[in-house]
Amino acid sequence: MSAREEVLGRIRRALADVPPDERPADVPVTRDYLPEHTDPDPEAAAALLAENLADYRAVVHRVTAGQLPGCIARLLAGRGSRRIVVPRGLPEHWLSGVAPGVERLADAPELTHRDLDAVDSVVTGAAVAIAETGTVVLDASADQGSRRITLVPDHHICVVRVPEQVVTSVPRALERLDARRPLTWISGPSATSDIELERVEGVHGPRLLEVVLVTGTEPPGESGEVGAAGRAEEVGAAGGAGEAGERQEGAHDR
Amino acid sequence: MSGTYLGMPAFPKAAAVSTQQPTLRGNLTHATHTIREKRARAVGELADWSRLRAAGAAIKKRTLRHLDRYLEQVEERVTAAGGTVHWARDAAEAQRLVIDLVRATGESEVVKVKSMATQEIELNNALEEAGISAYETDLAELIVQLGDDLPSHILVPAIHRNRAEVRDIFRRQMGRWGRPAPEGLTEDPAELAEAARLHLREKFLKARVGISGANFVVADTGTLCVVESEGNGRMCLTLPETLISVVGIEKVVPSWQDLEVFLQLLPRSSTAERMNPYTSTWTGTTDEDGPREFHLVLLDNGRTDTLADTVGRQALRCIRCSACLNVCPVYERAGGHAYGSPYPGPIGAILTPQLRGTGTELDASLPYASSLCGACYEVCPVAIDIPEVLVHLRERVVEGGPATVRGQRTTLRPASGHAAERAAMRAATWALDHPGALRAGQRLAARSRRLVPRRLPGPGAGWTRSRDIPDIPPESFRDWWRRERGAGTADGPTGGEHGSDGSERGKGGAV
Repeated sequence: MSAREEVLGRIRRALADVPPDERPADVPVTRDYLPEHTDPDPEAAAALLAENLADYRAVVHRVTAGQLPGCIARLLAGRGSRRIVVPRGLPEHWLSGVAPGVERLADAPELTHRDLDAVDSVVTGAAVAIAETGTVVLDASADQGSRRITLVPDHHICVVRVPEQVVTSVPRALERLDARRPLTWISGPSATSDIELERVEGVHGPRLLEVVLVTGTEPPGESGEVGAAGRAEEVGAAGGAGEAGERQEGAHDR
Repeated sequence: MSGTYLGMPAFPKAAAVSTQQPTLRGNLTHATHTIREKRARAVGELADWSRLRAAGAAIKKRTLRHLDRYLEQVEERVTAAGGTVHWARDAAEAQRLVIDLVRATGESEVVKVKSMATQEIELNNALEEAGISAYETDLAELIVQLGDDLPSHILVPAIHRNRAEVRDIFRRQMGRWGRPAPEGLTEDPAELAEAARLHLREKFLKARVGISGANFVVADTGTLCVVESEGNGRMCLTLPETLISVVGIEKVVPSWQDLEVFLQLLPRSSTAERMNPYTSTWTGTTDEDGPREFHLVLLDNGRTDTLADTVGRQALRCIRCSACLNVCPVYERAGGHAYGSPYPGPIGAILTPQLRGTGTELDASLPYASSLCGACYEVCPVAIDIPEVLVHLRERVVEGGPATVRGQRTTLRPASGHAAERAAMRAATWALDHPGALRAGQRLAARSRRLVPRRLPGPGAGWTRSRDIPDIPPESFRDWWRRERGAGTADGPTGGEHGSDGSERGKGGAV
């Protein structure tokens, strides 16, 4: 007898107490838990997302669509990134403010893992973000790329569109996600508590996760945008970063 | 390379040694108390925790009662998505399957994600014997592997090691396996994590075969789910060309929607986080993203034996969060190694004797590795009534009886070494059935109470080694009642003593 037949046979014998006409749906599962634990108002959800991301040591920036290219350029420059990897479907104008000297690699099968290891930063979109848990979910769509590009480089800039990509809760996120796509749920930078349960950020995944929450629609026409982005005052960014800093202080006690 | 559980001593012997190790005791007390409080806070954030817990238990119950059809569905969906499904009756068969799959790739090195199932089947030892080097990539598993040690906790396998010990292991051993520890490595956890990052990055970049377990397998989509923190899981799941996942058959959940329950229960119960840093899900293979070949090995290895026990089967609901370890007073003092399996603590005390049977002295001792305080049941996110199963398994050890062992129905013989206990219980049953004898016995005990020794002699010695004999009162309750309330009351003991057996038995039991 094959292992398959034997294991299935053992299971059927083990379940001799289950009536033969019982169907899975006859075993009651009461789903009276809450579909969400927080205010579904989009602005409140975005604020909670920012707060929870920062609580787990992601750095959060809040910008308008017009400010986005400038913000990305500034974050890359701040990190001193010379080489970045970009998903093939990333909106072109997101990178319109990036200094010309920064080398751009496209996400492609020809890239070796070692090529990726020599990359400083990656910029992607996201599929959905979960406010209650401070999570961004990537589903390998064209603006997010293959899973490894957000893993090997040490710096990940992830752009989340507010409010349309923000949900309150895990149940709300799962409704939106397609199980057939490979998913990566990211809640803060990689971390470990394996030594005396003391949390250390940054093990194998990106040690710096920056999440850019962008509101509003992107202005049409990309030609004028470089200038617009260059001038953009990042109203939310300073406050966001400051908040993140404060939370990092407080969060060390946890 | 890594130790084995074979031939380990029974729990009381192992615990007698481990409880005398002050470093271990200190490390464990610090760690379990820290995580305990954090977990309580994380759980407290969700007002509907008890409802999520009930739903988690119900979903697992539904799965287990229809496990055959869900497994067939998993097989069909994984195959349709480009994966290959294998079945393993036991550890040896799973080892052979994995070795053959690795050999078929022509590789002699694999990277591993932390996985309880592969610990359980001692896969690393089997791979080593087959000439295949398996590199553990979880930081704690790396510490365990480099230290030629055994894991002692489900979530934090190196919980028994403090930072100075970790530094010494890294300094001494990293160079023998690959990139050595940096010069001047200190015991700062951040520096130690950085050393692991550098050491393992080389291995990730050139690995062509990855081996994992899975936290969940979704039947209606054929999706596997791995929950982790460090990113080593993502490395192993996405960089190699071939991925082999060894998964216990009980890891199935029926539907994609069911993840909404478990992805809320698991992170808060295990690492006390709203969400763990990384969760990966994948369905078969994806073009130009991740492994080109995916193999799923479905592992029985005692799980169907466990399923056959209608009381004990609830242990298969376990999602390996380790909350029960962190609250257990016995685990905190004895440490994980005393349990002689990769599943320590309360869940190990009910899972190991069911997966492996109670045939060895060690496995028969595990249901006793508990004070039955019930803290484990209270924190369990899928409401496994661990004390109930412990008592059930104690009964099985002492009384024997029907059980399923490797798929065969058998009748277990009562364990040796419990003869005195059985004799005492028989005597107690008789005395409680014979009120006159009970009363005479109680009066005799009361009169001679100053003569009772602190320690029992003979076969009772084991019982009093760790317990005080309860003080015997100068007067039994029944005598006190008779003296205080007299024989005149309608339902006094005098009337009762001449009453029916049934009513008297009830009172005798309560005295």
